[in-house]
Amino acid sequence: MKFGILVNEGPFTHQASDSAYQFVKAALDKGHEVLRVFFYHDGVNNGNKLSEPQADDRNLIKLWGELAKEHKIDLVVCIAAALRRGIKDDILADGFRISGLGQLVEVGIAADRLVTFGD
Amino acid sequence: MMHTVNKSPFERNVLDSCLRLAKKGSVILLYEDAVYAAAAGTTATDTVKAASNEYSFYVLGPDLAARGITEDQVVDGVNVVDYGGFVDLVVEHGPVQSWL
Amino acid sequence: MEDEFEGTFDTEGVIKKFMFVNRKAPYGTIYALESLETVLISAAFEQDTSVAFVDDGVYQLKKGQDTTGINMKNFSPTYRALEGYDVEKLYVEKESLEARGLTEDDLVVDVEVLSAEELSELMDEQDVVLSA
Repeated sequence: MKFGILVNEGPFTHQASDSAYQFVKAALDKGHEVLRVFFYHDGVNNGNKLSEPQADDRNLIKLWGELAKEHKIDLVVCIAAALRRGIKDDILADGFRISGLGQLVEVGIAADRLVTFGD
Repeated sequence: MMHTVNKSPFERNVLDSCLRLAKKGSVILLYEDAVYAAAAGTTATDTVKAASNEYSFYVLGPDLAARGITEDQVVDGVNVVDYGGFVDLVVEHGPVQSWL
Repeated sequence: MEDEFEGTFDTEGVIKKFMFVNRKAPYGTIYALESLETVLISAAFEQDTSVAFVDDGVYQLKKGQDTTGINMKNFSPTYRALEGYDVEKLYVEKESLEARGLTEDDLVVDVEVLSAEELSELMDEQDVVLSA
C-alpha cells in the first residue's frame, strides 16, 4: 500500500515527528511504500540542519534524511511555513527539499492513505 | 475509517470529540499522551469502557511502556498493538482521521 | 500556483473527497490560518473539498473579529472568499456551536449546520481527512 505522511510539529517540543518516524519505519518493514513525508506548520523545523541535539539524544533530522535516502522517500518542507520560520535552502538538511503545499494535496491524491502526526 | 487520538483525556477534550463524531464501529487508536486514557482506575476509565462496546479500541504499546503503564493495567476491551500493528490497522480500516 | 506545479505522481483525473476538520480557535495558535491555506490549495487541485468546523474551530467563523489591537491579520474574511474557489461545502457541528452560545447568525459565512451524527456519517465517506 502507498502511504503519505504529514508531520505538523518540530522534532523536539512534541512527539509527533518521532511517532511519524516510527510509523514510517514500521510501514517500510512491512513492505509498504512511503511516497512522501510532508512537513507543515512547525514541522518544517525537522529540516533544519543547524540543529544540534545533545550527543546522547536521538537526532531526528539526521534520521529522517538517512531513512529517506535508503528508501527513496520524498521529504518535502512547506515553503510558506518554512520561510516564516527562517528555514531556507542553505540551511536545509540532507534529504529534504522545499516546495509548495500542492505537494501535500498531491500525495493525498496519489497515496492510498494519508496519516497526520501533530499536536 | 480509523481515528487516532494522541492527547491525555485529563488535559484536552480530544477523546470526547472523537467519541462524539467517530461513526460507531470505527477503530480508535490511542497513542502518545492518549495512552493515559487506556490505564485502568482513572476517571476516564468508565468513558473508555463504555465506548469500547461501540468502537474497536487499540492502544500503542511502546507509548504505554514509555509512560510506565504495563499491559495488565490496560482497561479491559482495549487491545495493545506495536507500530507494526498501527500500520496494519491503517491498511485494514481505511482513511485515518487524526484528532489533534 | 496551479501553472507552476510540477507533479511527481500520476493523479490525472483522480478526484478524491477531502475533508478539512477545523477544531482550533484562530490567533491563539497558527493552525487555523495555515489550514485555510491548505483548503485553498486543495480546491486548486479540483478535489471534492469540504470543510467542517468543530469544537473551537467554530470560533474561526465568528463575526466581528477585530485584530488591530493584537497586530495580527484578521483572516476571517477569507472564509467568505472560499466560494470563489469552488469550496462551497462548509459544515458546522450543531453541538459545538450551541456549546459556545452561538447560532448561525453569528457566523461570517453561510454554512450547513449538522448534528454530530450527521457529520460523523459525512466524515466516514471521506477519502482524506485533514484535521487541525
